[in-house]
Amino acid sequence: MNVGAGHITLQQVDKRFSAGLLALRDVSLRVEEGEFVALLGPSGCGKSTILRLVAGLDAPSRGTMDAPALRSGGRSTAFVFQEPTLMPWASVFDNVWLPLRLAGVSRGQADEPVRTMLRNVGLGEFADAYPAELSGGMKMRTSIARSLVTQPRVLLMDEPFAALDEITRSRLNADLLAWCATRRLSVLFVTHSVFESVFLSQRVLVMSPRPGCIVAEVVVDQPYPRDPAFRTSAAYLAACREVSNALEAAQAGAVP
Amino acid sequence: MSSRLLPVLTMVALLLGWEALVRFAHIPPYTLPAPSLVAQTLWQNFPSLASSWWFTLKITFGALALACAGGVTIAAVFALSRRVEAAFFPVAVLLQVTPIVAIAPLILIYVESTTAALLLCAWIVAFFPILSNTVLGLRAADPNLRDLFHLYGATPWQRLRLLLLPSALPYFLAGLKISGGLSLIGAVTAEMVAGAAGRETGLASRILEASFRTETPKMFAALALLVVTGVLIFWVFNALSRRLLGRWHPSERA
Repeated sequence: MNVGAGHITLQQVDKRFSAGLLALRDVSLRVEEGEFVALLGPSGCGKSTILRLVAGLDAPSRGTMDAPALRSGGRSTAFVFQEPTLMPWASVFDNVWLPLRLAGVSRGQADEPVRTMLRNVGLGEFADAYPAELSGGMKMRTSIARSLVTQPRVLLMDEPFAALDEITRSRLNADLLAWCATRRLSVLFVTHSVFESVFLSQRVLVMSPRPGCIVAEVVVDQPYPRDPAFRTSAAYLAACREVSNALEAAQAGAVP
Repeated sequence: MSSRLLPVLTMVALLLGWEALVRFAHIPPYTLPAPSLVAQTLWQNFPSLASSWWFTLKITFGALALACAGGVTIAAVFALSRRVEAAFFPVAVLLQVTPIVAIAPLILIYVESTTAALLLCAWIVAFFPILSNTVLGLRAADPNLRDLFHLYGATPWQRLRLLLLPSALPYFLAGLKISGGLSLIGAVTAEMVAGAAGRETGLASRILEASFRTETPKMFAALALLVVTGVLIFWVFNALSRRLLGRWHPSERA
């Protein structure tokens, strides 16, 4: 299957780990510039492995790949992990400054972009707080601020809201769409929540259990960015049903 | 308030009990001097005891400083290369498990200067907790943060300064708390073995001298200074740890 060239392209990619475990088999996918794509699948299916390949943190065992991080280094790509992954010894400001600091930007030069970003994510008052003093949602906001402060072209998110409560989660979903909409980011968003994948993305790629491969693609052809009312619409439920059925079919025959 | 007062009251009660025991049971001072006599002896002999105290402090903190420098440097080398660690860690363990009292006589033969020999003995006792804790700490950095540093193209120096060293700090400080006490023990033990010789001598020599002359109150006076030193070291490093980790590390957060 040839998926053509996109902003991110994987062409018949396999990933086998050194222990011999085959994590991905014949994965082909494409993300267009400015597109929000969700990767949905059971845990252990290799979703996170795909993100690591796209970030250049791992190399494929077979197949061809193209992504900004592989062409011009990691600076054009941002990664958001399931945990907030903040430096506990550093203030919120210093955590968000980190990617710029590693690129040689001084504290003074970083002051304006970091504070603007913190205001954008609603943490303007918390620049001097330490991560241990923040709630789970605020830590995740800090993590997202850090990922966006470099003005990346590609945003890779690995189940970023999985550990948060439902209320915080839907609030962050809505905010995330707003932050992405103004930046024309290409987003690859890993999740195991059907509802989250349908609400956030323009396209949902459904994966099978290990060795992971993409077994279905559901296009959520609804106005974008989403309106909060979308969550209660018939179209939303229909898309969720379609994705659930695809996920069910992918699981059939596999040991849960 | 009461949690601070309680240990003080306990100490005062123990001292009063000791004083009473000695007075009412008529225990002679060469067997067990009363705390009041120990305090009086300490006061009368303070000039000569103070210079010995100063010497012991120099050995203790000199050895501790060397243990920090050596332990952290060796830990950094170990953290950079698993092979070097596999090759040399057993040597560090050997030094650690050999009782210092047993190797001190050899060191005194090989090293000409007594002060240098004492420093070396105390260093051997003190450096291992710092080394093993710091190695552990340098390896304890969050793997996701490591990936993030890699993604953003951090240089090895940035990785060390901004990620590995801060991650290792709580572990290093835990090692320092242990090594602080150990360097005092090392300094005193080595001097006990070396015997009271030379111009400059520490509190261990004072204790030995007093013991030969059955000046028990003077032994207790020197011992009191050692206890005060140990407690001060413990306090200082606890306070340091609280100050450096208080806002972010679970071990020191209220």
